[in-house]
Amino acid sequence: MLNELKKSLITAVWFMFLTFPIMVIKVNTVYNTIVWRWHNLIYIGVGAFFGSMIWRWLHYKKTHISERNIRERLKNGLQNAIVDNKKVLYTLIAVAVAFTFAFPHMSNAYQINIMTTALMYVVLGLGLNIVVGLAGLLDLGYVAFYAVGAYSYALLNHHFGLGFWAVLPIGGALAMMFGIILGFPVLRLRGDYLAIVTLGFGEIIRLVLENWNAFSFGPSGISGIDRPSFFGLTLNLSQSMTALYYLVLGFAVITIFCVNRLQNSRIGRAWLALREDEIACQAMGIDKTKTKLTAFALGATWAGFMGVVFAAKTTFVNPASFTFLESAIILAIVVLGGMGSILGVILAALILILLPEYLRAFSELRMLIFGGSMVLMMVFRPQGLISNVRRKYLFDKMNFGGEKTNEAK
Amino acid sequence: MKQNDQTLPVLEVKGLTMDFGGLRAVDHVDMEIQNGEIVALIGPNGAGKTTFFNCITGIYTPTSGDIIVHTKFGEKRINGKKPNQVTELGLARTFQNIRLFPNMTVLENVMIGRHCRTKAKVIGALLRDPGTRKEEKDAAAVSYGILEKIGLTHLANEMASNLPYGAQRKLEIARALATEPVLLLLDEPAAGMNPQETEELTGLIREIRDQDKIAILLIEHDMKLVMNLSDRIYVMDHGQRIAAGTPMEIKNNPEVIKAYLGEEADA
Ligand SMILES: Nc1ncnc2c1ncn2[C@@H]1O[C@H](COP(=O)(O)OP(=O)(O)O)[C@@H](O)[C@H]1O
Ligand SMILES: [Mg+2]
Repeated sequence: MLNELKKSLITAVWFMFLTFPIMVIKVNTVYNTIVWRWHNLIYIGVGAFFGSMIWRWLHYKKTHISERNIRERLKNGLQNAIVDNKKVLYTLIAVAVAFTFAFPHMSNAYQINIMTTALMYVVLGLGLNIVVGLAGLLDLGYVAFYAVGAYSYALLNHHFGLGFWAVLPIGGALAMMFGIILGFPVLRLRGDYLAIVTLGFGEIIRLVLENWNAFSFGPSGISGIDRPSFFGLTLNLSQSMTALYYLVLGFAVITIFCVNRLQNSRIGRAWLALREDEIACQAMGIDKTKTKLTAFALGATWAGFMGVVFAAKTTFVNPASFTFLESAIILAIVVLGGMGSILGVILAALILILLPEYLRAFSELRMLIFGGSMVLMMVFRPQGLISNVRRKYLFDKMNFGGEKTNEAK
Repeated sequence: MKQNDQTLPVLEVKGLTMDFGGLRAVDHVDMEIQNGEIVALIGPNGAGKTTFFNCITGIYTPTSGDIIVHTKFGEKRINGKKPNQVTELGLARTFQNIRLFPNMTVLENVMIGRHCRTKAKVIGALLRDPGTRKEEKDAAAVSYGILEKIGLTHLANEMASNLPYGAQRKLEIARALATEPVLLLLDEPAAGMNPQETEELTGLIREIRDQDKIAILLIEHDMKLVMNLSDRIYVMDHGQRIAAGTPMEIKNNPEVIKAYLGEEADA
């Protein structure tokens, strides 16, 4: 016990030391003086001390559980109880659906706007989840496809007056094309190399948009993009925000449906196999090239759709919206959620996008909390919030059929 | 579908050579495997056996030589073909260092083997049309049937990484069988197994040959298993084929004895 206290104490001191420059020293640039905020140090120390106690306790519990029989753990795990138990699962889904549908009627324009953004990130996260989570291809340039979608709508609307619904499939298709264009040269690359090339690709797209003034209007971007029309209705701003919310919600639902079907299909299993072991995957008769390209193309398509939605939502696009940070956030959603887990990605997207909004009060600490929680996640739950549960098959001994008991979310 | 004529060859290898820079890991090796045969490939560590497998299964492109597979479509030279194409033509393998898909269930591991015998595309996966549903159901049923044969059904929904070692080796075989091979290549299938497991494995391999009419080429160090099972044995040392013949002939071959004794003297 004393040992535990000592460990927590050391952690606390470490945190105090590490955060000292950001949390305690504040330079007042107006008067050129330094403000020493010693009270912050105390908060950090006490917080880190108890935080580390709690973490260690959780960790202890976790390792303790893992010593038990695996199947017993499977039965007992809350997450599995939820996913395995259809009643609980459907109730939860019903509540979530009811809430999301009722949401615009219970909140103001600001809330709706934030929620729409969060849902867009759910879709983006699920799209990238195909590439990173399922197929295991580390893509750091995902935002490029988002940009392709956004600029397709912005440019086609600006030059030809094309409407949202006409451009939506075009944006998706163009992004898919770019996905394949990126896919081909990186087919031979893995891991770090793949990450670097995709990162470069994302930056190239952004730089082109920034510098090719004649094409993309450079850093100043394109404004005055039309909002989506809905059945020819004339909507005021707030109505149109609500409509957009439902549009994105619909998108999210369709995406969840699609990704869920994909991951339990022949193609989805091939992606997983590719992620798990590339050589074994090929030796089992899977065409690596095709499998990778499908993953890239499909992942990109979703980003393209969301790009079009993004342009329609903000009515303004410029290259600053498509920086690496954006890719990093989407990637963080996938990693935090648990590679390949749909439920995890949804949760992570909501947490990562909503929390900072509601934590504006602590805006100074926002990035710190963000970074800190990511590090803690990696240490204590590297498999993500919700680990991917694979579909279970139930076989009737007499009747040889492929009945399923549940579908993994 | 499979040729039952015992005299037809499944695989012909002529003068197979594989260089790694200056190192000649496989040196002009010839081999011929008939339908329904169990053939063993033995030799000291580093002899080039695994490299030979890797060349045949498309993981390496051999420096020279011919690899010819006799399929129902006729003869096919498979040098330089991709591993998945080779598998499609009917050669399936296991790995010396187990290479399962750890975060997939046991059943899904086997279902991966069905990939090259099924067709569903993205559209099918999304729409789940009757054709796709039937294909999925069949894939699951066939895979389950293979697990039944191998004796792993009780673990079907377990993650592959949770399996004990012996079961992992068996699962590799199950996965390979799901690709409907005409020739099964096993790289040290009994490595790390206890005597009882090895006994079971021997029975299983024989069953695969007798019931499924699949020819088998296996690399193995367990001499009891090799002598029990094999119709013929090839011996490699330093990349070269130093002997070939029936178990009886190999046992008494002075070259072979020298290679093995020499290895022991070195060690
Ligand atoms: N990818 C490779 N690159 C370089 N050398 C290799 C490679 N694979 C195998 N070798 C070498 O080839 C020789 C044969 O190895 P291997 O085929 O694994 O032997 P075995 O399976 O008979 O024990 C060894 O000397 C090994 O170091
Ligand atoms: Mg070997």
